[in-house]
Amino acid sequence: MLVPPKQKAVFTYSIVRNLRTFWMFYVMMLPGIVLLLINNYIPMSGIIIAFKTINYQEGILGSPWTGMKNFEYLFASKDSYIIIRNTLLYNSLFIVLNIVFPLAFALMLNEMKNRFLSKLHQTIMFLPYFLSMIVISYLVYGFMSDERGYFNGTLLPALGLEPVRWYFTKEVWPVILPIINTWKNMGYYTVVYMAAIIGIDEEYYEAATIDGANKWQQMKKITIPLIMPVITIMTLLQIGRIFNADFGLFFQVPRESGALFPVTNVIDTYVYRTFLTVGDIGLSSAAGLFQSVVGFVLVFISNWVVRRFNRENALF
Amino acid sequence: MANIMSKSVSGSHSKNQLSGRASALINIFFVIYSALCILPLLLIVSVSFSDEQSVMTHGYRFLPENFNLAAYRFLIKDIDQIVHSYGISITVTVIGTILSVIVIALYAYPISRSHFPQAKFFTFFVFLTMLISGGLVPWYLVYVQMLDLRNTLWSLIMPLIMSAFWVLIMRTFFKETVPEAVLESAKIDGAGELRIFIRIVLPLSLPVLATVALFQTLTYWNDWFLSLVFISDNHNISVQYFLYKMMVNIQYLSSNPNAMAEITRAGGMVNFPSETVRMAMVVVGVGPIVFAYPFFQKYFIKGLTVGSVKG
Repeated sequence: MLVPPKQKAVFTYSIVRNLRTFWMFYVMMLPGIVLLLINNYIPMSGIIIAFKTINYQEGILGSPWTGMKNFEYLFASKDSYIIIRNTLLYNSLFIVLNIVFPLAFALMLNEMKNRFLSKLHQTIMFLPYFLSMIVISYLVYGFMSDERGYFNGTLLPALGLEPVRWYFTKEVWPVILPIINTWKNMGYYTVVYMAAIIGIDEEYYEAATIDGANKWQQMKKITIPLIMPVITIMTLLQIGRIFNADFGLFFQVPRESGALFPVTNVIDTYVYRTFLTVGDIGLSSAAGLFQSVVGFVLVFISNWVVRRFNRENALF
Repeated sequence: MANIMSKSVSGSHSKNQLSGRASALINIFFVIYSALCILPLLLIVSVSFSDEQSVMTHGYRFLPENFNLAAYRFLIKDIDQIVHSYGISITVTVIGTILSVIVIALYAYPISRSHFPQAKFFTFFVFLTMLISGGLVPWYLVYVQMLDLRNTLWSLIMPLIMSAFWVLIMRTFFKETVPEAVLESAKIDGAGELRIFIRIVLPLSLPVLATVALFQTLTYWNDWFLSLVFISDNHNISVQYFLYKMMVNIQYLSSNPNAMAEITRAGGMVNFPSETVRMAMVVVGVGPIVFAYPFFQKYFIKGLTVGSVKG
């Protein structure tokens, strides 16, 4: 009977000792902790908004509960199918493109003999990564604006083709958006993969050359398997965000053209518009919560799958 | 970067090289791709130096027809707004970057020390924020209703200071580059944790500090989302947001003949070289980043290779 109080005493004692020994660590972390609370943890508790009808007079806690109504409303609308489909399809495509092309580029750059040229191309490829989405939206506009854009004004007439009203033609955007995404991120991912390739011990290749392996065989049997951990981590990180679209890409680049919404509206732009343009706080929160929960589940599933194949490659 | 390249140039690769034709193909391929990276910007620059009339009739061209500085002359008339917006962007970027590096480093150090029993908990505390979020609405309400930061510079700085990704990168760097033995001996000599951190850990970690600083500079300079959400007063707008507003306003005017007529009646100016001014503004907007990036780039590459997110 005397055991519990004693344990408690030990527990309090250890807290005091921990604070006394590590108080400086806690002081150092304090600004970071406060910011994480403000930016991340307090908003997490705000998910209750999704289950309420918000009434500004009563405040968030005082507003009446509505159960799942916001969700029912969200999933009953035609928008929900479109935004979920768009978000998932675009992001899956982006993940594949962000592996295949940068990897191929890294492998090719690695074979380039001229050191100066290789460095120059890397530098130039990195340029789009440094531009904001606003600037990129202007660049795209420069090519695709109705009358004066380069395509309609110069290129298509020169080829004898009819001009296209790009910002009203939804069929072309599922091609254009992936191209822009790949173009913008190419420099970044190429460097990540290149760094991994450089880290491979030269002796593997020496041995392979002696055994008569050609470039293609070396790539398949040495390079790709050895950089698999990096590929896996990069992919896992992106899968974790598969339900979060690049807001700038889908909001800025199509320039809010309503005609394009069926192919450019994603969960993020939907949440933004229903909240700040339409002002429907409940619906917007419901969509946001749905996004978080599914995203969270997806990271855990994909991490679990990776763990089953190879513990080392898993994220956690 | 230097050793990255030299390693692949010299060494065993000299015995194990691609055929001449394959490497010629690779070279041609990259020349074309590099051109695709630069040409869109060149188009914009060219339009900004063109005569409005010829742009209106012939469309955007890669070489300016009738070289003309009218767009820049027009922008100089509006120099107050531009200087002001630059001031806001620079202030936010400088303060934001400095605070980020300090806050991130201060958080990353304790969780990198294996003798700190709570290291695991606080690592998870920051890692979890990469996986789950409360969504836009509650986050917005915290800033607007709880903290009442709407239309302030803090609303453009605070949300981006703490980045889970960079905390984890820095933690890995501290763990791998700063030997435990050095820290232990400093402790025996009587140095406190803060002193150890400032005198020993930070000087050894300059590469990762520089990397975080560069990426945060880029993040702050290119941010427009926070302005879109938090800034409603027309005066305090950053360069990127100014660009966004310009796109939206001109789009509105040009698709709305009535609005144009209204403005003319009110004595406003409609006959400004709208196409070329827009593009000139983009040139002004990208300016500093594009000139600085070739110098930054080698640090970026170092930074991307210093630590993995794994932990």
